[in-house]
Amino acid sequence: MSGNSYYSRKLHSLLGVIPLGLFFIEHALTNYSAFEGGPEKFQKSVHGLHDLPLIFFLELILIWLPILYHGVYGLYLAFTSNLNTSRFSYGRNWAFAFQRISGVITFIFVIWHLWQIRVQVALGQLTIDEFGAKMHEIMNNPAFFVLYLIGVLAATFHFSNGLWAFLVSWGITVGPRAQRVSSRVCMVIFVIMAVLFILSMAAFRGDDFASASAALGTLRQLS
Amino acid sequence: MAETATAQRTVRFIITRQDKPDAAPYTEEFDIPYRSNMNVISALMEIQRNPVKADGTKTTPVVWESNCLEEVCGACSMVINGKPRQACSALIDKLEQPIRIAPMSTFPVVRDLVINRERMFQALKRVKAWIPIDGTYDLGPGPRMAETKRQWAYELSKCMTCGVCLEACPNVNDRSSFIGPAPISQVRLFNAHPTGEMNADERLDALMEDGGIEGCGNSQNCVRSCPKGIPLTTSIAAINRDTTKRLFRKWLTN
Ligand code: SF4
Ligand code: FES
Repeated sequence: MSGNSYYSRKLHSLLGVIPLGLFFIEHALTNYSAFEGGPEKFQKSVHGLHDLPLIFFLELILIWLPILYHGVYGLYLAFTSNLNTSRFSYGRNWAFAFQRISGVITFIFVIWHLWQIRVQVALGQLTIDEFGAKMHEIMNNPAFFVLYLIGVLAATFHFSNGLWAFLVSWGITVGPRAQRVSSRVCMVIFVIMAVLFILSMAAFRGDDFASASAALGTLRQLS
Repeated sequence: MAETATAQRTVRFIITRQDKPDAAPYTEEFDIPYRSNMNVISALMEIQRNPVKADGTKTTPVVWESNCLEEVCGACSMVINGKPRQACSALIDKLEQPIRIAPMSTFPVVRDLVINRERMFQALKRVKAWIPIDGTYDLGPGPRMAETKRQWAYELSKCMTCGVCLEACPNVNDRSSFIGPAPISQVRLFNAHPTGEMNADERLDALMEDGGIEGCGNSQNCVRSCPKGIPLTTSIAAINRDTTKRLFRKWLTN
């Protein structure tokens, strides 16, 4: 890596929380609206987002570029780390190892997920009104469901544990007590976020999303 | 003679050896006569006196380094049963047998258990881990240090640059330029000193460059491994805070 790695590493750490962490929370909530209010509420959330002004630039600057930087630089960081949990099997060292493993899994998962959804929209194969139907289709494929489950859990762990590390790396939590408390808080965040995602995954499997997709299909044929 | 041979209890050692810096490592096994209260150094001395392997064949004596023999110089650090630690304070009675010994290979191996810890001393120079008071006239007494501060700073001053924390760190390796935990803690020590504080920014700047503090990945193995019980992760987080402040101050005031 050229330039001063202090700045590139700090940027990587910052982008992981702002904006990516915030987007991750937003994404969890949008999905959860599928569980809370079915297809109608989910489509409303999706529209709420996509109706934002300058949506293309917002997406580009707040999502695409940060993901690209955080992901590619993160792969480099994972490559420069040893995994020595067999010699030092301490909890924090396991978290260190999982942070890197889950980061790689998440990056692959995000690319795949983008391919299935966002790229198809860009190619004109999918409209934003069909997100619910598309997710219904994916979630009812057992292999995809398992892969999504792994991807979502990896992403959620990476986010929660990354938040803990962010607090240390910027000097916010300094002493052992503060770091212990923050690690508990981050584990609670992990559980809550994982539950939100899993509930929405289950919701997408429901028949209401199937009929929504059928209705959309007929509508499109008619027009 | 037969009776001494049968009565003698032995301790099995499996030692990773290496003849030259660029030679391939190999292991040799030794059975050392047991004596009460012996430690790893006295076992190595026994091999030095009688370099015969467990299978009865002769070999060259195993080479190691040691000085103080009381866990204050750091010279005898090696990997004992998988954990980096000082051989002089590693009591045979407290170790699981067979005892496996290897050099701390995070550092360049010179021969057998002797390693070159040069990078640690270079790191101390890089972060200016001293207090500059040399000059052409008497500067007079420096400012006093608060007792509460002296107490925690004293703990940091116990570092013996032994290298155990670097060996334990997953981010200190030949793919990364991370300086390692010990020098970061020394920056905190010298920046805490009322006179040393006058050069605090220079030390922080040295850690805000390639291979500086950003190399820490928070595995926290260092604090679990330090034989002196130095609160390394607290030092790292405290210097994270200081470098963050320095970063914004530099951006906003220049
Ligand atoms: S901080 Fe502890 S483990 Fe690291 S070099 Fe100093 S004494 Fe050794
Ligand atoms: S000989 Fe000095 S620490 Fe062991």
